[in-house]
Amino acid sequence: MLNRQPNLQDPDGFYDELIACQRGLSETQADALLARLVLILANHIGDRATLREALTLARIEPL
Amino acid sequence: MLKTYTPPEYAYRQCLEQRSGLAERRPLVIIGAGPVGLTAALDAAQRGIPVVVLDDNNTVSQGSRALCYAKRTLEIWDRLGVGEAVAAHGVRWQVGKVFFKNELAYQFNLLPEEQHKLPAMVNLQQYHLEEKLVRACQMQPLIELRWKHRLIGLNPGEDGVDLTVQTPDGVFSMRTDWLIACDGAGSDTRGLMGLDFEGQVFEDRFLIADVLMKGRDFPTERWFWFDPPFHPGQSVLLHKECDGVWRIDFQLGRDANAAEEKKPERVIPRIQAMLGPDAEFELEWVSVYQFACRRMQNFRHGRVLFAGDAAHQVSPFGARGANSGVQDVDNLIWKLAAVIKGEAPDALLDSYHAERAVAADDNIRQSTRATDFISPKTRASLRLRDAVLSLAKTEPFARPLVNSGRLSMPTPYVDSVLLTADEEDAFEAGVAPGCPAVDAPLGEGWLLEKLGRGFVLLSFGPVASTLPTVVVEAGLVTQRYDAQPGTCYLIRPDQVVAARWRSFDAAKVAAAVLRSLGELAC
Repeated sequence: MLNRQPNLQDPDGFYDELIACQRGLSETQADALLARLVLILANHIGDRATLREALTLARIEPL
Repeated sequence: MLKTYTPPEYAYRQCLEQRSGLAERRPLVIIGAGPVGLTAALDAAQRGIPVVVLDDNNTVSQGSRALCYAKRTLEIWDRLGVGEAVAAHGVRWQVGKVFFKNELAYQFNLLPEEQHKLPAMVNLQQYHLEEKLVRACQMQPLIELRWKHRLIGLNPGEDGVDLTVQTPDGVFSMRTDWLIACDGAGSDTRGLMGLDFEGQVFEDRFLIADVLMKGRDFPTERWFWFDPPFHPGQSVLLHKECDGVWRIDFQLGRDANAAEEKKPERVIPRIQAMLGPDAEFELEWVSVYQFACRRMQNFRHGRVLFAGDAAHQVSPFGARGANSGVQDVDNLIWKLAAVIKGEAPDALLDSYHAERAVAADDNIRQSTRATDFISPKTRASLRLRDAVLSLAKTEPFARPLVNSGRLSMPTPYVDSVLLTADEEDAFEAGVAPGCPAVDAPLGEGWLLEKLGRGFVLLSFGPVASTLPTVVVEAGLVTQRYDAQPGTCYLIRPDQVVAARWRSFDAAKVAAAVLRSLGELAC
C-alpha cells in the first residue's frame, strides 16, 4: 500500500537535494533526469499495486 | 526485378466448372494462396477434405514481407511436411542488439531451450516460403489451386455459400459448404460481406528496403536503433534474410509521403548514411507501409470463417502477423474437418473464434505496446522512453522495459470451454491445458513427430486405451511434462493439450475428448 503519510527524514534537506540535482542542467536535461528518477524509484518499489496507487494519485490535478 | 530471386508464374487454367457452367458443390473453398491459405489447404487435404484455393494472382508474394517464423509455426508446418525445408532454408538467429543514439544500449539472446527439433526463429522471405507451400499443395491430389481467380461476389446461406468468381475467361459461379477467407488485410471476402475491423490505425509510416549487400557482411543478429545519428529522431531495424539480402526498416514519422519515400533517390541516401559512403549494395525491393492493430468482432460468420490478416492485424514488431495466421488455421482446420465428417457439432466452430480471438487480442496488446515504445506519441512518453534506453546501458533493471518487439509465442487458450481443467493440485509444472505440446527428443526422433494428427494420449507408462497412444518411459519428455509413472496427457489434433491426469481413467479421457469436440460445452 502506498504510504501517504510523511516518511522522509529531513524533508527540507531532501527537497534541497532534489532541486540541487538539476542545477546547471538545461530544461531538456532536467526533464530527462526526472524521467530517469521516476523509473529508478518505480523499480525500487516494484509492487504493481503500490505503483498503481501512486500513478492514480499523481494523475489527480490539484486546484 | 529482384537480383536474387525470380518469382515463379503459375499457369492459369480454365476450370471445368467455368467451361461447363455447372456449379459443382464443394466442401471447402479457401480464398487467398498466401502462407495462411496454403497452410489451411494442406491441413484440410491431409485430413481428407478436398479443397479448392482461389487466388487473384498467379505468383508468390512480391518482396520479402512476412519474414520471421517462430518455432510453433515451424512445428505446424512440420506436421504438414514442410517444416524441415523451411527451417533448413531460413536464417537462424538468436542475438539481438539495441542501440540508442550511437551506442549499444544492451543486447539479448533468445537462448532457445535446447533439445527441440525446430529452432526458436528463422528468417525467410515470404516468397521462398510460399513457393515451398505451393509445391507441397501441388503434390496433394485433394488440393486444386486456381490462379487468377478473383472472388467478386458472395452469397452466404444457411447450408452453403454461393460464390461469383472472375477469371481471364469471364465470370462464373461456384458453390461451397464452407469458405475460409485468408485474403489478407484488404480481404475481398470481408469487403463483400460488409464486415469491418475494430481497433487502432497508427499514423507512423515505415520504409522497408530489401538490400543486397556486396563485399560486406553483418553478423546474423537483429539490430535495432533508437534515434541513431544516421536517422535522427526515428528508429531503424536491420535483419538478415536469405541470399545475402538484408531487411532495413526505417521509421519515417507521421508526415512522410509514401510515393516520394519509395523512390530510389530518396532510399539510397538513407542507406548510405547508415552503412557509410563506401558501402556497396543494391536495392531489391522497397515498400512504405502503415499498420493497424485491430480485429474483426467475430472470426466466424456462419459458414464463412476468417483467418490471418483478413481477421486481425498487428504491427510488424514481434513477428506476429504470419505466425498468428498460421496458428489460426491450425486451430480451425481440425475442427472444420470434424464438423464436415459429422464427428462434432457445428458449435465446435464457434470455439475457433473464442480461442483465436484471445490470441489476436494478446498479439494486438503486445504489438501495440511495442509500437508505443518505438514511436512515442507525446513529449512526455518520448522522455520516458529515452530514459529507459539511457539507463539500460548500465542498469539491468531498465533492460526488461526496452521494447523493440516481443517475439511471437503461442497464446495459451486458458479459458476455452474445450479444455478439461487440472484436478486440484495435480500438477505444478509441465504443459497446462490450452498450451501447445512441447517438443523433446523421443527415441530416434522427436515427440511432436509421433503425435500424429488426431486425438492422442501421451502416457507415461503402459496403458490400455482405445485412443492412439504414445507411451513414454523415461527421458527429457518426462521432465518437460512434469510426469510421474501413470501420468497421461490428452492432446488435440492441433497438438494443444486438452487435459491431463496423474492416472489413466478411460471414462475421464472419453469425457475430455467429447468436451474437446464441443459436445459438452454449454
